[in-house]
Amino acid sequence: MHSIWTRANAVFAFTLSVLAAMTFAAFLTTAFNDNIAPVVIKSSNAQVKNVPNYSANRAKNDLASLNFDIQVDVSPVFNWNVKQLFLYLVAEYSTPLNPLNQVVLWDKIILRGDSPVVDVSSANPKYYFWDDGNGLLGNDNVTLVLRWNVIPNAGYLPLVQASGSHTVRFPSNYITGKF
Amino acid sequence: FQEDPIRTGDITVFKIEGRDIPIVHRVIKVHELQNGTSKFLTKGDNNQVDDRGLYAPGQLWLARKDVVGRAKGFVPYVGMVTILMNDYPKFKYAVLAGLGFFVLLHRE
Repeated sequence: MHSIWTRANAVFAFTLSVLAAMTFAAFLTTAFNDNIAPVVIKSSNAQVKNVPNYSANRAKNDLASLNFDIQVDVSPVFNWNVKQLFLYLVAEYSTPLNPLNQVVLWDKIILRGDSPVVDVSSANPKYYFWDDGNGLLGNDNVTLVLRWNVIPNAGYLPLVQASGSHTVRFPSNYITGKF
Repeated sequence: FQEDPIRTGDITVFKIEGRDIPIVHRVIKVHELQNGTSKFLTKGDNNQVDDRGLYAPGQLWLARKDVVGRAKGFVPYVGMVTILMNDYPKFKYAVLAGLGFFVLLHRE
């Protein structure tokens, strides 16, 4: 029980056990945070077109455009166990064809150490706002919510919704031509 | 957990038919029909474009059956062992040789 190999083996196994216990402890320190912060979302200039969707099935679907503002300060969410936050703005709505739709319009990665204040104004969606069908025309209950995924050094990956949302109403007429 | 519906923001593990390697990406679009079936679109967080280029030819959306799991947590560095083994096959052979050596020579 005194050869170098048995000693090395014992040290290595103990190191692994200690590392596992420390990782678990790190996870426990932040497992019960609620990670919420308030956000202000505004929008303007909501419009809808009905055009063929060439990136999908070529059928004519509703394509929406709008300008939105987001103001949020996520510094209360950061702690020593947070590596980064992935924020995303989701438009949720229902149409006669699909009772539930969620489309991500914008996202942002904030690393620990980056400025935690997000102040986006009059921005266009980063990703095309297609409906799978024609349900955005005249839809007056499209809710914009901001959510984030807390990416830890060790532990759960919670999805949290910020407090505060905004409802967008789309007009009942399509526009033609450019947005 | 399997019954939880898939929503945007979820990080899903999905397999494309005909391809072995599963992909772990985030859901960015969900459209759900009256009968409960849904279609999703995914995208890697740091990628510029969505995953339609990775799906099977002609496939535009993912269905519930393509998803084999969801990422719920993160443990640092544990995957490095597999990556090291794949990137440096000589290291893998050395470890296997070492283990074989140890098993053959261990007394008691």
